[in-house]
Amino acid sequence: MRHEPAARIIHKESWNDFHLLRLGSPILAEEAAPGRFLMVRTSDGFDPLLRRPISLHDAGSGWVEIFFRVAGRGTALLAEKKKGESVDCLGPLGNGYRLDGFGKKKTAWLVGGGRGIAPLFFLGRVLLAAGARVRVFYGGKTAAEIPLVDKFERAGLTAAISTDDGTAGFAGFVTALVERELQDGKPDGLFVCGPDPMMERLGRLAFERGLPAQLSLEAIMGCGFGACWGCVHKIKKDDAGKWRKICEDGPVFSAGEILWEEA
Amino acid sequence: MADLGVDLGFLKLRNPVLTASGTFGYGTEFLPFLDLAALGGIVVKGLYYGPREGNPPPRLVETASGLINAIGLQGVGVEHFVADVLPELRKHDTAVIVNVCGSTEEEYHQVIEFLDRHEGIAAYELNISCPNVKLNGACPAMDPWTTKTIVAEAKRRSRRPLIAKLTPNVTSIADIARAAEDGGADGVSLINTLLAMAVDLETRRPKLGNVLGGLSGPAIKPVALRMTYQVAQAVRIPVIGMGGICTGRDALEFMLVGAAAVQVGTASFVEPEAAVRIAREIGEYCDAHGLARASDIVGTLKTGR
Repeated sequence: MRHEPAARIIHKESWNDFHLLRLGSPILAEEAAPGRFLMVRTSDGFDPLLRRPISLHDAGSGWVEIFFRVAGRGTALLAEKKKGESVDCLGPLGNGYRLDGFGKKKTAWLVGGGRGIAPLFFLGRVLLAAGARVRVFYGGKTAAEIPLVDKFERAGLTAAISTDDGTAGFAGFVTALVERELQDGKPDGLFVCGPDPMMERLGRLAFERGLPAQLSLEAIMGCGFGACWGCVHKIKKDDAGKWRKICEDGPVFSAGEILWEEA
Repeated sequence: MADLGVDLGFLKLRNPVLTASGTFGYGTEFLPFLDLAALGGIVVKGLYYGPREGNPPPRLVETASGLINAIGLQGVGVEHFVADVLPELRKHDTAVIVNVCGSTEEEYHQVIEFLDRHEGIAAYELNISCPNVKLNGACPAMDPWTTKTIVAEAKRRSRRPLIAKLTPNVTSIADIARAAEDGGADGVSLINTLLAMAVDLETRRPKLGNVLGGLSGPAIKPVALRMTYQVAQAVRIPVIGMGGICTGRDALEFMLVGAAAVQVGTASFVEPEAAVRIAREIGEYCDAHGLARASDIVGTLKTGR
């Protein structure tokens, strides 16, 4: 974890409310891993006050990428940043997806909903490079809200898409699409990131079917590095549910350890 | 370079900048970002005797230049702190102040008696003011008599200096500060968070799991400054000011109205090195204004004509 006060934007793409920033920063790139995140400052002052947690979308030699959707004033300010400007980031933070054993002949299904697709591009690339067979399920409300389909294709990651309104791909929630595909065979692992209801549904499903699944949880975070205790979720620990910090103990948890009732 | 040292009488600090409890974890979380020895000291997250689970989420809401929290003092308890955290903190040359919590008066005593048996702690900050703990945000520091009694009983049992941390959620904070002084407090620190809430107009639900929370950040600075001024007028013991301090100039404003030292809180979440930067900026101000000692500015506010 490092503080990069001025990561320069070296590339930017935008699709309506969705934005991708490539940040030149060797120190952020050094510890980048799929599922880890950055705390990104959206203003030079203290309003908006808090940094925004944004997961790593990809990383390479000397750079990292973030992909986010404008959800409020903070992300709107971040979206206004232009190529050549710089962004103040802390990170990479948290524990990413655990990939041990996901090499040749293993099948991984990656399921992303909305902006939750962000970390799955990085994950998919790493899994492909390790020799795993990767299927991507990418859901959005409508055709305009799944902007990364082409990018996945170009990287050799074919995405089965779903839209809630049926304007592209499978009509319905991505969870329903995954459930349908599960009838024809199970993967060795499920990797999920999306809104809470989607993750709860897939987490429960995976747990019931004995399918190993890793879910990346999201929360409002005060600091991102374990100091404020603001971003907790109920996690099973010694057979009891405990409030654990998403930033420090997660954000990726296995489906079996996440308790949803009291979340 | 100006002398930034502060003598609180009961404790000497390298500079006037402490970190506020609840915003600096147990200190070790910040080791990747700063040298603890560059701080006046740290006040670690409030400790109850045992581990504590805290409130259900959501625990945070961002507001205009502010943050409402309802963490509920989730924490590790004194045994874990002494076994696993304190040895790490002792490697660093900084004053460690422990924020002491209790859900009963006895628990305050248990925490103090336990910590008194261990070295490496400079002082206690008695948390009689956390608004999240009891129903409707009530806390001992809302009442002068309770404040005096709790402070006196804690002080009697403690071998270390005791700072009483005050709540702003009262009619007259000066009265509470005087009660803490009467009870034997070595100093007072203020302000804790302002009792607050936020609601969602679409779901018609509170935005915090605990419904009520405590507001901090730059939004509360003018209120905190006013209260620090009032308390500094009312007591003879050292006053430690806090509330929305983000810059060296913010810190110096609190010193100008009478704070001997300051605490940096929410700013550390946004910028983990904030407290160190603020100490440096205090020095820069002093140098630019020909002040030999930072403490020379304490209580020099000119209010007459």
